[in-house]
Amino acid sequence: MQVRNPPDAPQPARCRATTTCPYCGVGCGVAVELEQDQDSVRIVSLSGDVAHPANHGRLCVKGSALAETLSADGRLTMPQVRDEAGVLREVSWETALDLIAARFADLSRTHGGESIAAYLSGQLLTEDYYVANKLFKGFIGTPHLDTNSRLCMASAVVAHKRAFGADAVPCSYEDLERAELVVLVGSNLAWNHPVLFQRLKQARIDNPLLRIVVIDPRVTDSCEIADLYLGLRPGSDARLFNGLLAYMADRGRLDRLYLKAHTQGFDAALKAARREDCSLAAIARDCDVDVERLETFYYWFATQLHVVTLFSQGVNQSTSGTDKGNAIINCHLAGGKLGLPGAGPFSITGQPNAMGGREVGGLANQLAAHMDYETPGARELVGEFWNAPNIPQGPGHKAVELFAAIERGEIQALWIMATNPAVSLPDSTRVRAALAACPLVIVSECMADSDTLAYADVVLPASSWSEKDGTVTNSERCISRQRGLLAPPGEARHDWWQLAEVGKRMGYQAAFGYSGPHAIFREHARLSGFRNVAPRHKAGSKPLAASSIRRLFNIAPLAELDREGYDALRPIQWPVRRGEKGELIGTLRLFEDATFNTPNGRARLVPVTPQLPHQALSDATPLRLNTGRIRDQWHTMTRTARSARLMNHRAEPFVELHPQDAAARGLQDGALAQLAGRDEQGSVRGDYRARVRISHGQRQGEVFIPMHWNDHFASHGRAGALLAGLVDPFSGQPESKHGAVDVMPLPCEWQATLLIAPGVWGGHEDLAGAMTELEGCYWARIPQATLVRYQLAGEGQPDWALWCERHLSVQAGLWAQDVAQGGISAAGFREGRLIWWLKVTAGAARSDRQPNIAWLGECFASDQLSALERRSLLAGRLSGQADVGTMVCACHQVGELTIRQAIQSGDRCVEALGARLACGTRCGSCLPELKRLVEEERSDERTDSLEMA
Amino acid sequence: MHPSSSTGDTTPSLIIIGHGMAAQKLLEQLVALSPDRQLPWAVTVIGEEPHLPYNRIQLSPLLAGETQADDLISQQADWFSLHGITRISGDPACQIDRAARCVETASGRRIPYQRLVIATGSRPALPLPLPAHLPQALDANDWPPGLMGFRDLRDVEQMQAACRTGAGHDGNALVIGGGLLGLEAAEGLRKGGLEVTLLQRSERLMNRQLDDVAAGLLEQELSERGLEIITDAHLEQWLETPAGRITGVRLKDGRELHAGLTIASTGIRPEITLARAAGLACQRAVQVDGHLLSSDPHIHALGECCEVEGETFGLIEPIWAQIEVLARHLLEQATPPYRNAPLATRLKVSGIDLYSCGELMPHPTDEVLVYQDHALGDYRRLLLRDERLVGVVLYGDVSAGNALFEALKAGTPLTAIRNDLLLMPAQALAQLDETPSGPPNDPGGRATHQNTASQHPDRDTTPDTFEEAA
Repeated sequence: MQVRNPPDAPQPARCRATTTCPYCGVGCGVAVELEQDQDSVRIVSLSGDVAHPANHGRLCVKGSALAETLSADGRLTMPQVRDEAGVLREVSWETALDLIAARFADLSRTHGGESIAAYLSGQLLTEDYYVANKLFKGFIGTPHLDTNSRLCMASAVVAHKRAFGADAVPCSYEDLERAELVVLVGSNLAWNHPVLFQRLKQARIDNPLLRIVVIDPRVTDSCEIADLYLGLRPGSDARLFNGLLAYMADRGRLDRLYLKAHTQGFDAALKAARREDCSLAAIARDCDVDVERLETFYYWFATQLHVVTLFSQGVNQSTSGTDKGNAIINCHLAGGKLGLPGAGPFSITGQPNAMGGREVGGLANQLAAHMDYETPGARELVGEFWNAPNIPQGPGHKAVELFAAIERGEIQALWIMATNPAVSLPDSTRVRAALAACPLVIVSECMADSDTLAYADVVLPASSWSEKDGTVTNSERCISRQRGLLAPPGEARHDWWQLAEVGKRMGYQAAFGYSGPHAIFREHARLSGFRNVAPRHKAGSKPLAASSIRRLFNIAPLAELDREGYDALRPIQWPVRRGEKGELIGTLRLFEDATFNTPNGRARLVPVTPQLPHQALSDATPLRLNTGRIRDQWHTMTRTARSARLMNHRAEPFVELHPQDAAARGLQDGALAQLAGRDEQGSVRGDYRARVRISHGQRQGEVFIPMHWNDHFASHGRAGALLAGLVDPFSGQPESKHGAVDVMPLPCEWQATLLIAPGVWGGHEDLAGAMTELEGCYWARIPQATLVRYQLAGEGQPDWALWCERHLSVQAGLWAQDVAQGGISAAGFREGRLIWWLKVTAGAARSDRQPNIAWLGECFASDQLSALERRSLLAGRLSGQADVGTMVCACHQVGELTIRQAIQSGDRCVEALGARLACGTRCGSCLPELKRLVEEERSDERTDSLEMA
Repeated sequence: MHPSSSTGDTTPSLIIIGHGMAAQKLLEQLVALSPDRQLPWAVTVIGEEPHLPYNRIQLSPLLAGETQADDLISQQADWFSLHGITRISGDPACQIDRAARCVETASGRRIPYQRLVIATGSRPALPLPLPAHLPQALDANDWPPGLMGFRDLRDVEQMQAACRTGAGHDGNALVIGGGLLGLEAAEGLRKGGLEVTLLQRSERLMNRQLDDVAAGLLEQELSERGLEIITDAHLEQWLETPAGRITGVRLKDGRELHAGLTIASTGIRPEITLARAAGLACQRAVQVDGHLLSSDPHIHALGECCEVEGETFGLIEPIWAQIEVLARHLLEQATPPYRNAPLATRLKVSGIDLYSCGELMPHPTDEVLVYQDHALGDYRRLLLRDERLVGVVLYGDVSAGNALFEALKAGTPLTAIRNDLLLMPAQALAQLDETPSGPPNDPGGRATHQNTASQHPDRDTTPDTFEEAA
């Protein structure tokens, strides 16, 4: 691929390229069609890459919308440095890089290298990660380099290491399709890994014997394909799997040969499990599940060899996440359900390159290339390979600890790359205070609306997806190229380049003189094979040379790739070896020979003592808080919020709760609620405000909120502010699934929908000023294609006419008011063009008439509105247009009301809906919701007929 | 052939006094409802104007030059002979001899009737105080020179002549009265090239139909077109020449306004001279019951000259309803009686659409819903009381007028469509029609629909038929 520097081509030329999706850990291949003319290249179409083993051509709604997120608006394009007055000023790269290098050198001299830290991201490419790891650990000499992967799968990493001696996911996606039983634990696959969910769904159609169990406190859309659902008590996973281990032992369902030949620690693990009453009744009680369902699950698991247990954040984000992971792995080892087609414990990562980061050692407790500080000889080996003078002695601070160290003043400089810790970390209010106090905060970032930028002393504009060029590794160990197709805007540069330039300026020209990402990758591959001895196959083979360290992660053959070979690299699963004819051979499945990476080659069963969540419920905080992703958003929304259709699925922060919890608190569906936690001293922790969604899928006593919203999209939308910074002792992963809160109605006297043409409000300050004057208590910002939508709520009785005139640049040209109901509708025009639209309703309940935003969007784009359009404007929809309701199918823009009407008029199944309305026929992400709507409508019918009878 | 000038003829016959729009419409309706379109009896219609019947509503467009005089004629002469109707024009009736059941005309004709319909309409009311040279009689029909009403074709011809001659006085004209007719007269004269000043006693134009905002919009629009409008203008004294010609007015604030032509459009006065002289029960107009029957069981009154339950009429809609009742009644066809109903005013003032119905002034507890588009000039104000529509003012976009009027008349509770009522009323009301709903729980409001047959229990409303009379 040489797209970025095309040969002189006078005519626009079209070409195709493949790359990978930057969102979840599935790591789908993406095929794009590019059009290039003399000075620019653009993506004209985008689809799933049929040749990629992760997705075989499928894409989810987020992936499908990638091309919609690429506009240059809102991108950072120039380095900036905060001046003495506290204002960020644009500077040249030279200035910014010199400044960083000088400050780092200065700090190293005065406070030691350990006063410098980095906080990275699973969004980075492996090459970025590698250079960062090398610079910080090898040359600056600080172990304090951690990553947001800590929030995602750190517990699984430790569980893998404890069990297998290496951070190695045994399975491939293919195993999901070859299994006879798939258990989803703490994974809403349907929303978080939609393409894998589609694959699993297809597998179930292809193999009628395949059974699927969903274990999750919430009834999620993943239950659509479940044969059995266990709605367990949050945090009781370890008890559940300990019970399973005992059940297998009691029912003679252990693989004693496998245990004897290939494992150690079984007796201790079983003993630990038996410390509690292992009767089904006791376990059912502790896990709060139906005993028959429990027994069905145990029976299915115990009697089936080809079992895949797929686990994700519901297991990992816990103060005992590592133990939970091992409780799962224990059961697989005890039944020999590992190293076989369709069998194994399968940790699914949240991020596109969480695995790649782990490969280079981009976590504070890792050194490099699957070697840890405690690995004998690792420091010397890495030091020698890098020719690095300053390898730290031991592990550094893990994410939450790192910010605590910043708070204590131990860390004087922090370089943040491609992540938004001001939003994503627990106890984020405290994190913000720490960032504010840190003397030097460097933020490498693509987007201008990241909350963390507010704390930056130096802002470095980074390249983004479609520009970044390198490799990623997905959840099945598959290394794929993510290709640079377009030129970064303005002065934006790749993250690895920024790091290498600082390295060179600090005097390490030789170590950081990379000619391109291929050079970095080659070095990374070489390190993976450096003094790496192939795993022994049988006991008694030759002992290792003293200077060698056996690592499972080995991609040494890829070190021979030249630039062309690197560019043409096809997806391949590590470890990678050369075949007899010199061909590259990846590894579909690990541990097929039952040889593990422990000193004695045996897998370890780990004794697990189940623990309850550490964030305690109390009278003041009686509700268990669960947090997670939603279907159409990614992390802190800086990218996905740029696609209007992705904003339509869930436009505002929300809180889902059980009907009885809602009723007890006087919370109506669609009204606004306020959540708060308490810290150890009893002071209020966090203030989260969101729409109520009453859900029968929510357990009583538990609430769910999305993790995505932040200060750029909502006034009080930070989930992290509610959570205590409590972490797993082994993995350092925060307990993000187990907050303790209460929910109350948010007092407000009015609510409003405000639509504004882009540019009317220059920045965040305009909104903040306008809201201050309104006694506003809530806002959410919802970017659309031709307008920005705000949902507002507040108290008092504002003088809206005055407010509009003062804050919306022109006074109302259209005005309607219903004094008794406190309703105002208004619109403002500039030269005949609609530039703002406002609808205010009195009271706290959600207005049952939602405007047709799609149509209003067209009005905002129109130069001249017809009289009919203008006269329909305040009603929010063209006269004669139906109200379509909340958007369900983002691809085809089909709303809930339209779907319900179609069901009522006879489309009784998802397929019929698809045939009539096209909903659910593209990415399929909304199929579970469609199914739910069909079920709801039909159950309403049944209720009606019962009542009539 | 029918008798035309003979006396003592006993052929059953119907006489209509007055040949304005109401009379003509009644004739047409009688023809339409008669078997084989043959009137069963002799009909004579007596009009004071020399013209064929014409559409008086079209006088304003005629004055504004938007239509031709010929286009106003609703029926040609042969229509009358075709249907056996004797048309007397230019010879006004001057007496009703109830004892002899005879009508006498100015030329001395005496025509007997079995049934008589008085449809004498109204006259423009003179503004107060009266000009000094005028006989101190409020019902005087002779106006001083320089001052005129705006009522008939002759008035239009005079006004057009004034435009041609520049009103004989610096091209200035004065219109007194800011109601619909006054506005149209003013606009017509302005378009005819005169400098026109309009005086309105109230603080706003069309104060019976429009609220402050709508009236303000109207005033702004008309002012921009070049009309000078003075509201809150109280007439103190007429400016007259010694010969008694009106040359202007002096207002109470001292301003003097001079004009070659002054049009008074300050309301109408039912023309009931004949009826009163004949001893029929009259208040402001001839009192009639639901079948338009006066205190004399052989005499009906219709339109602007009649009064039903204390109400008189100036708009076309209730009069059309009266005609429907009266025509059937005369033809002995069953018909529910006429009853007063809320009125909608749908008006077009020189190209500006207005619509007004129900109550104008909100009660303190009413809900007031307001919509305004400053660029298109649309304005909409709805008054709700107990969830029901009680008043509508529309300016500009009047497309929802009829639907709103129907909802107002029906008294339907509008809770279900409350959100859309203001912003897309027509669609919301259509939606309401689709939704089946229970009966409105307002028996009080509905009661008036029913017992109209017994409106005048003390009066013998059983009509004696033509046959009886014959």
